[in-house]
Amino acid sequence: MKPLFESEAFVRIAAPVAVGIVLFAMWEVGFRLASVPVYLFPKPTDIFASLLHNGPSLLRALLVTLRVTLQAFVAAVILGTLIAFMFVQSRAIEVSLFPYAVLLQVTPVVAIAPLIIILVKNTQLSLTICATLVALFPIISNTTLGLRSVDPGLANFFRMNRASRFKTLVKLRVPGALPYFFGGLRISSGLALIGAVVAEFVAGTGGRSSGLAYEILDAGFTLDIPRMFAALFLITLTGVLLFAAMVALSQWVLSDWHDSETRAEA
Amino acid sequence: MRVLLPLEPLDQTTRQTTADGAPAVEVLSAEKVFANGARGLAPIDLSIADGEFLTLIGPSGCGKSTLLKLIANLIEPSDGRLLWWRGDFAQVGQEGRRLAFVFQEPTLMPWARVEANVRLPLEFGNMPRATADPKVAEAIARVGLSKFNRHFPRQLSGGMKMRVSIARALVTDPNLLLMDEPFGALDEFTRNKLDDDLVNLSWERKLTTVFVTHSIYEAVFLSTRIIVMAANPGRIFRTMTIDQPQPRDQGFRDSPKFAVYCRELSTWLAEASLQSAGGGVS
Repeated sequence: MKPLFESEAFVRIAAPVAVGIVLFAMWEVGFRLASVPVYLFPKPTDIFASLLHNGPSLLRALLVTLRVTLQAFVAAVILGTLIAFMFVQSRAIEVSLFPYAVLLQVTPVVAIAPLIIILVKNTQLSLTICATLVALFPIISNTTLGLRSVDPGLANFFRMNRASRFKTLVKLRVPGALPYFFGGLRISSGLALIGAVVAEFVAGTGGRSSGLAYEILDAGFTLDIPRMFAALFLITLTGVLLFAAMVALSQWVLSDWHDSETRAEA
Repeated sequence: MRVLLPLEPLDQTTRQTTADGAPAVEVLSAEKVFANGARGLAPIDLSIADGEFLTLIGPSGCGKSTLLKLIANLIEPSDGRLLWWRGDFAQVGQEGRRLAFVFQEPTLMPWARVEANVRLPLEFGNMPRATADPKVAEAIARVGLSKFNRHFPRQLSGGMKMRVSIARALVTDPNLLLMDEPFGALDEFTRNKLDDDLVNLSWERKLTTVFVTHSIYEAVFLSTRIIVMAANPGRIFRTMTIDQPQPRDQGFRDSPKFAVYCRELSTWLAEASLQSAGGGVS
């Protein structure tokens, strides 16, 4: 058994947590000494108190945002993967459709969100559509790249053995694309959350939302700054957890063979 | 030592066939001109007898890999044609007419265990697992990796990966084995070890083998016939027959005859290089 401090897993968690604690302590002590008023910039203890005080309403808002995020993420993964498979079937399809995927990516979601919210009556659905649009592109581009990045030697081997198109897809292209796909998942999970929050802001200004973004807007109107920070804290935490979940998933699937997930052996 | 005269392009008279049985492969005035206009191979005539161990050797750019790929039907000749067991490529793959290729790199699937990698060619033919598994186990055992059948390629050394690649070729029970510098990246000790195994293997299974290498020692040790090629354009320069009993062992490497063959082959290779640089007879 190695000492705790030499264990890589422990250090990877303990080090950032220690930095966080130090930063929070400095924030708390500094703001106390300078007596910054709560309505200008709250201290960590104020935010924590608000988190407890507004617990039920914040939690309800979190669930709303989380639902939109997860729905959008799942939709983006399914749609993005299907589109990527379509792209690699023929160069013509990819060449004619890829610019539109880029178009989708470069158009700011804030700019199209009002349109979607007006067009789609169901708020939940309109928010999900907005977030999906944001989360879609990394899945499409990464999966397409992965499906195309076939080891030429292996491709030769498959061709020589007259492997069918389907066998080549299942046995060669799909496993080879997995590392790229998981890279896409990591980016996309964060973007789904961003998309959901941005769309909620747009919808929230019209009073038609109840997610965390709406909590931030509402707290702003009432100058309840600690509640603003508490909502922000929950959004950040959600993002971090989503990312960590994707990292864990890709580790679980790829750890046996892919360099990105295998530790150097002593 | 029987030394044949240099083969002239299109010269049908020097084509070799063993007296007994039909040749495994016949290359009939096949040439290769690449898309950029470069002449990869001048028209080549070559007959590969059943059970022969033929090695292609020559300076880089002499078209030895191109010739091997033509034989594997990985590329098509620009002109001329090839015959496999006196027929076209469509009937290759039938019982007794199987072909396997071992690449320069092991080209294993990094996400699959050794046994899954070796099973792959059988899966292309949709062979049921129950039938395939004993064949897979036997092929892995033949290359001495039974203990590693649940390992992933990244856990194996370069030589072991190459063994897996050979097992994957053997699992289909091939008659014609084509190898493109398979041991080029390995250290000499490992290479000698694998050469020893290969000599036994091709003898046991009565394989017809076409082997590409840069190593004079490897060529002499393994082959029943060596074809020295020259470049600009790629062509057959000379042919050497190694008239020694099979299967061979370390005793052959240590014998004075081995040294004689190597010296002769080395001289020929030097001449082939000179001709290649000067543009040769083209």
